[in-house]
Amino acid sequence: MTVLKSREALLALAILVSVGIIAMRFPAFVAPGNLANVFNDTAPLMLLAIGQMIVILTKCIDLSVAANLALTGMVAALMNGAGVPLPLILCAVIVLGGVLGAVNGVLVWKLGIPSIVVTLGTMTIYRGTIFIMTEGKWVNAHEMTEGFKALPRLVFLGLPVMSWIAIATILIFAVVLTRTALGRAFYAVGGNPHAAVYAGIDVGRTQFWAFVISGALAGFTGYLWVARYAVAYVDVAGGFELDVVAACVIGGIAIAGGAGSIWGAMLGAIFLGVIKNALPVVGISPFWQMAISGTAIILAVAFNAAQSRPKGRLILREAAQ
Amino acid sequence: MTAPAPRIVVDRLHSPFRRALRSWETILLVVAVAVFIGNTFLSPYFLNAWNLSDATFNFTEKAMIAFAMAMLIVAGEIDLSVASIIALASTAMGLVMTAGAGVPVIVLVGIGTGLICGAVNGFLVAGMGLPSIVVTIGTMSLFRGIAFIVLGDQAFNGYPPEFAFFGQGYVWWVISFELVLFIIFALIYWAVLHRSTFGRAVYAIGNNATAAQFSGIRVQRVRFILFLLTGVMSGVAAVCLTSRLGSTRPSIATGWELEVVTMVVLGGVNILGGSGTIPGVVLAAIIMGMVTFGFGLLNVPGIVMSVFLGALLIGVIAVPRLLRGK
Repeated sequence: MTVLKSREALLALAILVSVGIIAMRFPAFVAPGNLANVFNDTAPLMLLAIGQMIVILTKCIDLSVAANLALTGMVAALMNGAGVPLPLILCAVIVLGGVLGAVNGVLVWKLGIPSIVVTLGTMTIYRGTIFIMTEGKWVNAHEMTEGFKALPRLVFLGLPVMSWIAIATILIFAVVLTRTALGRAFYAVGGNPHAAVYAGIDVGRTQFWAFVISGALAGFTGYLWVARYAVAYVDVAGGFELDVVAACVIGGIAIAGGAGSIWGAMLGAIFLGVIKNALPVVGISPFWQMAISGTAIILAVAFNAAQSRPKGRLILREAAQ
Repeated sequence: MTAPAPRIVVDRLHSPFRRALRSWETILLVVAVAVFIGNTFLSPYFLNAWNLSDATFNFTEKAMIAFAMAMLIVAGEIDLSVASIIALASTAMGLVMTAGAGVPVIVLVGIGTGLICGAVNGFLVAGMGLPSIVVTIGTMSLFRGIAFIVLGDQAFNGYPPEFAFFGQGYVWWVISFELVLFIIFALIYWAVLHRSTFGRAVYAIGNNATAAQFSGIRVQRVRFILFLLTGVMSGVAAVCLTSRLGSTRPSIATGWELEVVTMVVLGGVNILGGSGTIPGVVLAAIIMGMVTFGFGLLNVPGIVMSVFLGALLIGVIAVPRLLRGK
């Protein structure tokens, strides 16, 4: 029974019901091929939502993920143009993404600057760097090699590689978060930073690693994004960071840190993906999408608050933090 | 974040003069003067009354929102939906304009839409006790989303000529209507935050909401009013901006929420709440406006400017912390 009460189960149910309603009028939407498409379409959102979720667990937020994705994607495209072999590019985007995340992490860890300020700043800096690097030029499909573009679309066991990467990442981080010391530290730091200190966990360092993971995932997604859409420019994935935060909130990741599961983040992303893909099918203008995801965020956060039980009164600020 | 350090109780306070000299506002003033002098040397076109007057448009609208946002952030909340409120208010103004409304109605609808949006945020945060950062990320999407539903890829044009006064009119010589509005609002917000019991309540809530509650402050009511204020100020900014541009698109004022927050933080307001001043925000607004204008005179693209502002945002917080050896 507890399974049914869990947030993830409810969200999964909500997704199934909405897919069911759509299917009654538009059976083509639930054809396996189309569902696989929806999943594949949502893969970048899921990958970023995993990283964002880990950052949010540690009481931080990473608004620079979309800019990180765009910057590493552009670097991948430029490296491809310079004739760098694909495996090297893959390593480079993960490292570069991780370094960009580490910049956020160091500022939060060593200087104690609130993460929202840090990542607001790095968000504009990373995106601006693309412009400075390219002077606003685009890298188009014909400037990319076939191998570079083919990898995410390669079909393996009925699903494109991009979907498999998302699935593998989810499984890896499901293990990391629940079965490793670092994973538990993420929860401990967000749940109660002071208790975490007394338990021997370095709060700042844990937050640093959360940012590195978020950055590395964003970097890797940067390659996938640019290769799949076969174009790289300054405004790639503009505003995507909000979708990513939305996926986490809808997935029940507590914005105050310390609570949430990777399955929640995944389902939150799928929920947004289903909406995005269903709108054109049911004949609603895509202009509705923004308002719908906004409403979904507000409903989700209201629902989260109603579920979490009230906490005791905290009198002293130092003790409360 | 480490265990709380013991409070250091000083036995002698510095003289008011020394404190003023070391304050954030003084640093900002020095930076503002430096930017001003730098611009004068970099471009021969900078030191011209009309050019300087043009430069004020870079910050007046954003600064109006920043005053209300400063109070909100001092109280420990944040509103990321302000730019979307502008979009929705501008769309509402466009709707009544096409229905044939006159200028007073258009202005009232713009400010009223801001008020309603602020009330929605205020209800969700103060009434339902939801975290403001998530709520306003949601309403940010919702408000602009409604503007997109109404307008799609269209635009409202053809505002009446008299409407242009709010964004393009001059009160006297080079003093624009917006600049006058900016000064009036600066004075009002200064008085409210620094010279009224409401302002004290805002600081009290930002420092310790629970203690404020036990001191008899109606915490949730104050929070609600603060969200109303940011909503109204966004409505006012929407009137000015729409009037200045002469048209409404759903993408109007994209990214302004970040610039407004940058302005507030640069002005020395603690993003975690509890401290900050209106004079600081005024100086930060002027600095940002002058830097933007100076870059513009040097033909630096806007996106490079945003890189600079992003670095500035991190830098102004990082440098003092580095110097203190935190």
